[in-house]
Amino acid sequence: MIQAFTNLINNFKKSDHSGRQVTIIKPISGWQLIDFKELREYRDLFFFLVWRDIKILYAQTILGFSWAILKPLIQIIIFTIIFGKVAKVDTDGIPYFLYSAVAVIPWTYMSQAMSQSSQSLVKEAKMLGKVYFPRLIFPITPVLARLVDFGISILILLGVALYYRVLPTWNLLFLPIFLIMMIFIPAGVGMLLSALAIRFRDVRHAMQFLVRMLVYSAPIVYSATSIPDKYRFIYSLNPIVGVIEGFRACLLGTSIPWFFIWPGMVTSVVLLLGGAFYFKKMERIFVDVI
Amino acid sequence: MKNDRNKHSRVNMSIDKIAIEVQDISKIYRIGIKEKAHDNFANTVFDFIKSPLKNYRRYRSLYNFDDIKSVSGNNSDIIWALRNISFTVKQGEVIGIIGKNGAGKSTLLKVLSRITVPTSGYAKIYGRISSLLEVGTGFHPELTGRENVYLNGTVLGMRKKEIDLKFDEIVDFSGIEKFIDTPVKRYSSGMKVRLAFAVSAHLEPEILLIDEVLAVGDANFQKKCLNKMDDVGRQGRTVLFVSHNMTAITRLCKRAILLDDSTVVADGPASEVVTTYLKSDLGTTAIQEWPDFNKAPGNDSVRLRALRVLTKDGKHMETMDIREPVGIEIEYEVLKNGKIMLPCINFFNDEGIRIFGAVDLDIEWRGRTRIVGRYKSTAWVPGNFLSEGTVYVGVSMKTTAQNYWYFYIQEAVVFQVVDNMAGDSARGDYVGKLGGVVRPLLNWETEFYPA
Repeated sequence: MIQAFTNLINNFKKSDHSGRQVTIIKPISGWQLIDFKELREYRDLFFFLVWRDIKILYAQTILGFSWAILKPLIQIIIFTIIFGKVAKVDTDGIPYFLYSAVAVIPWTYMSQAMSQSSQSLVKEAKMLGKVYFPRLIFPITPVLARLVDFGISILILLGVALYYRVLPTWNLLFLPIFLIMMIFIPAGVGMLLSALAIRFRDVRHAMQFLVRMLVYSAPIVYSATSIPDKYRFIYSLNPIVGVIEGFRACLLGTSIPWFFIWPGMVTSVVLLLGGAFYFKKMERIFVDVI
Repeated sequence: MKNDRNKHSRVNMSIDKIAIEVQDISKIYRIGIKEKAHDNFANTVFDFIKSPLKNYRRYRSLYNFDDIKSVSGNNSDIIWALRNISFTVKQGEVIGIIGKNGAGKSTLLKVLSRITVPTSGYAKIYGRISSLLEVGTGFHPELTGRENVYLNGTVLGMRKKEIDLKFDEIVDFSGIEKFIDTPVKRYSSGMKVRLAFAVSAHLEPEILLIDEVLAVGDANFQKKCLNKMDDVGRQGRTVLFVSHNMTAITRLCKRAILLDDSTVVADGPASEVVTTYLKSDLGTTAIQEWPDFNKAPGNDSVRLRALRVLTKDGKHMETMDIREPVGIEIEYEVLKNGKIMLPCINFFNDEGIRIFGAVDLDIEWRGRTRIVGRYKSTAWVPGNFLSEGTVYVGVSMKTTAQNYWYFYIQEAVVFQVVDNMAGDSARGDYVGKLGGVVRPLLNWETEFYPA
């Protein structure tokens, strides 16, 4: 920790007497802190990269941004047919379509942001070797860019809520907490895995399974109440559980199951900080191991 | 105009102020990733099974240099890309960095532009710095020209406000106003480069690092770029400029630094350093020798020792008269008896087009197995055959089997073919651009029928 602190001081841009900016280049080792001041200097670049990410995703498609609605919608329909109609999963009396819609939408965001973020460094390896800007921008860009799709897919929720006549309740005030958690998860995972992926390309192959497995690790297609009491704590250490349960309670107005939520809150913060620290530690070798 | 005056007064004020201070910078790379060849199937399978662990260690070792410090390094898989580089640059100086390929020029720029971290030593940079190691970094084909200008500009460190102000000037410089709202994927490669360079040319950092980006575009555009560079220098900005173009270096820079084998070997007035470089073996691209036997291309059957370009009087020259024959001399050492070896050369022009290839058919060794010893094979390309321009020569040692080489080097030596316009070459009295891959002297006959 002390070393990290000295590093921070050393790497900080200092001004000499004439007020000129001084950059010091020297070997870096050990843990680093995030230089928020530097990130702020690059905010315009950040903005354009996020914007590029948004624009090129649906470039040369006929449906364009409609895909942001179609992708989760098709998923919801499939889940409704398989788990709602065929398997008849218990949903505490809530229509299955509504039940899965409120879960699939944050999940679609998290899974997409997570996989794109973890591939971000490998994908932009060429740029990595040609220009300097804070490397942290790479994994964070898709996490922010996919928020646009998320925002659009909210339209589905509005439609569904209207159809089932679900009225907003005071619970809605808690939604920002779960939105933040929903962003922390892919940001943490993305920083961690992108730093790992640049050295070990295995991550790309493993990511496909990871995403597919994670769907079932959280109460997206089934109800969390079906988890036996003694496993609840371990189960809810998975922050995705908290996000899904939180979204459901906030949007449908059921009572908020905090015991499913708080362990995930802690893990999502740990994930974010852990991811950021690991990323900063590995940052210096990225270019040399591409 | 007012702006300009400010810039000039800044120059006067900043005399003798240091812009860049480089102190003992070294950079080590490990090229540890070596594939082992297997001689039997069982070994291959066994290795395949235990490979995850091996791979993990191998990829990890790439950035772990703890063992170097302890053993004080005679490790064979380590490359010193930079070794104890020190120099200082004053504000407003325009410095050329020269040296042959692999001398460490690009690594130095990468370290100074913070793309990669040095292994030891430090550098201090006073002022806002931008680096141009590539033209058009961050360009995306799906975005329009306008969008790419903003993207590329911010990638290079400009603020959005700055780009807003310079936008019209940038578009004007690029000369593609009409297509500025068309996706870049519809552009020709030339248009893309123009736009990208236009953005780069409008960067206004206090310190600019440039790597050979002028080697793009057509001649007119290059001229425009060189002039722009000249302006940049005159505005009192500090420029570090890596190039192989000696004319550009002497024209633009007052001072040059010569790197060889990862260290600084000369530092002084540009014209002197360039002369040193051209006179020494370092500068000539017409000779490539491998003094270190173990690093020479080849294997335990044969090793390449040298490749040289000769004139007909046996001189090693980089510049060849278009009318004179050019000799290519391959020197190699055979280490095992009883193999048939076919020395082979390939010629490429600067567009990467293969002019032709040739295999040694010397009667004395044709079809005969070689005896251990040193050999020198020389091939003569006739005069009045190659076209004007740069010629790259590759060399390989083939076996009689189809796809097997003892060694294969794509680009070993380079020479220039020049026409001094005496009127007796294939261009006759025409002095314009003639082009073409080869330029043989033809027999012309004219029949005349009086009117």
